[in-house]
Amino acid sequence: MSNFPNSFSIPLDKWIDGIMEWLLINLEVFFDFIGFVILNVIVTFENLFLFIPWFIFIPLVGFLGWKFVGKKSIAITFMLMLLLIGSFGYWELSMKTLSLVITSVFFSLLIGIPHGVLMARSDKLESIMKPILDGMQTMPSFVYLIPALMFFGMGKVPAMFATIIYAIPPVIRLTNIGIRTVDKEVIEAALAYGASSKQVLFDVQIPLAKPSIMVGINQTTMMALSMVVIGSMIGAKGLGMEVLLAINRIEVGKGFEAGISIVILAIIIDRITFSFSKKR
Amino acid sequence: MEEKQIVIKELWKIFGKDPKRVLKNDNLGLTKTELKEKTGCVVGLKNINLEINKGEFYILMGLSGSGKSTLLRNIIRLVKPTSGDIVINNKNITKMTNDEILEFRKDTFGMVFQHYGLLPHLTVIDNVAFGLKIKGLSKEERYSKALEVIKTVGLSGWEYNYPGNLSGGMQQRVGIARALANDPDILLMDEPFSGLDPLIKREMQDELVELQDRLKKTIIFVTHDLHEALKLGDRIAILKDGEIVQIGKPEEIVTNPEDSYVKEFVKDASPAKVLTAGCVMEQPDVLIYSWEGPRTALTMLRSSNRKIAFVVNKHKEFLGVVNESALLKIIDNEPSATNIPKEIIKPRAFVHLDTLLEDMFHIMAKEPLPIAVIDENNKFKGKITTDILFENIIPLGGHNE
Repeated sequence: MSNFPNSFSIPLDKWIDGIMEWLLINLEVFFDFIGFVILNVIVTFENLFLFIPWFIFIPLVGFLGWKFVGKKSIAITFMLMLLLIGSFGYWELSMKTLSLVITSVFFSLLIGIPHGVLMARSDKLESIMKPILDGMQTMPSFVYLIPALMFFGMGKVPAMFATIIYAIPPVIRLTNIGIRTVDKEVIEAALAYGASSKQVLFDVQIPLAKPSIMVGINQTTMMALSMVVIGSMIGAKGLGMEVLLAINRIEVGKGFEAGISIVILAIIIDRITFSFSKKR
Repeated sequence: MEEKQIVIKELWKIFGKDPKRVLKNDNLGLTKTELKEKTGCVVGLKNINLEINKGEFYILMGLSGSGKSTLLRNIIRLVKPTSGDIVINNKNITKMTNDEILEFRKDTFGMVFQHYGLLPHLTVIDNVAFGLKIKGLSKEERYSKALEVIKTVGLSGWEYNYPGNLSGGMQQRVGIARALANDPDILLMDEPFSGLDPLIKREMQDELVELQDRLKKTIIFVTHDLHEALKLGDRIAILKDGEIVQIGKPEEIVTNPEDSYVKEFVKDASPAKVLTAGCVMEQPDVLIYSWEGPRTALTMLRSSNRKIAFVVNKHKEFLGVVNESALLKIIDNEPSATNIPKEIIKPRAFVHLDTLLEDMFHIMAKEPLPIAVIDENNKFKGKITTDILFENIIPLGGHNE
């Protein structure tokens, strides 16, 4: 038997703790500012969704389903499913969850698409980003949930922060792949007509990478939705919180109602966003 | 003297790390494989020197990996040369900054690609107008110009379709229209027809020739297809391993291949498709000027042992032929005649200097006697007999062995 030598140890834990302490003391204002921005965006979306009455919201989703997915039967199914959520008594909580998901997707795209573009333009950056993205997707989310809590306090903001970390990798990866797989000859053609690299990016690469980017957006949205239960553990109200409470009180039926509501939201969001990737 | 549009001097392109170092020491004489072993770099182009005239249809030919496409991309600087000069319209493009080259491309080049290089998310008209959009023209100007060139390439009615709904030949027409829309000085074509089926290919080649006749653009055309090169090119440069092996007119390449590589290339070429009347014609034994007397003519005819002779006027314009019996008749009937009367000069088939041998077969089949060759001003230049024709149509490969 050979044990790993005790003398060889890297005190990464101490280092990270040190860094955390330093950040908390010195960058408090910065984190407060970020928290303020995120909170305001969430509240704006929340107010918007809660402002729209259910009898307008449901037909609106039906219309979107008919317009983008393209089948009347699908539109009707969407509307029936939303009515089901309402009948569970979860309308308001669903809207809160939806606003949380949409805000995190909004920030994920805002940060993720430019990063994907940059990554596609530099092999070096790609090789640096890849392991980081792997880490973001596989690191157990509680590991960064606690620091998020320390920076932003309880509530929606740290939940949002954790959700972004978990949900952003697909849109970055698929933007990168989408741009990298644009036909080289088409890019050459654009260059041959005197297009600058900016024009190539906006007139050729991004439009041609659009289907791939849309799949990325779809994946990011789904992953954001799957984080709502975990987010509720640090105080983000919504369907996730309901699931958590039901589990604590051993109310199996309630748990299923909230769970099914999440699934319904997931299906509707997935079908609508996925249909974008297939459009020309 | 013809105007030079493109002059390339001592152009080198080396692919690999720190390519300049490869050119510094005495590597210049090494072959591609030797250089690869010694330095790890791949030679793309090796000491290219060539000049292309304004309005010329210039072919770059070679097998894959010969550097023909690399050379084309150097000319538009999609690939940056390692060393050497490329002067286009008296401007040295190797010395331009990146912004300057972008501007230069907009006015100078139109490029056509093997796989068309069209934007699948844009309609035909937007694809054609792409270069104009890059140039910053308004939508109105773009569309009016684009509609014009779409008509030129015969795609009217397809303006609002997407490229994906078009056949290969039609997609390439869109590619050509896009190149023409900019009204460029130089058209660069990178194997534009090699993806098309043979019938469409031939049709497109014919149309390109017609277009070139009308628009008089300088065209640089990359191909690996000898027949295409011979059919289209004013001049052909043959590349091998990044080097130019031979530059010449199609008939020079076919009749006088410089080395075994070129010889192998042209082995199957049919001379009838390449050689013109001008390059095989012979001088006639007798040429009669119409102001000469019938007696002189008869004497000349007899002394060279011929039955008929070509007649020209004092501008050396071709009039027709006379034969012995007609001359004798005139001498008998009008002993005083001092020149050959028009009535006895019979019209005769003639061909032009640039008529291909291939196109002479049907004329020669009807005319067992020599036919005349004239230039564009109707001036008599020489004659062609069936013997000459047959001598020249034997494929070259067989001829040499």
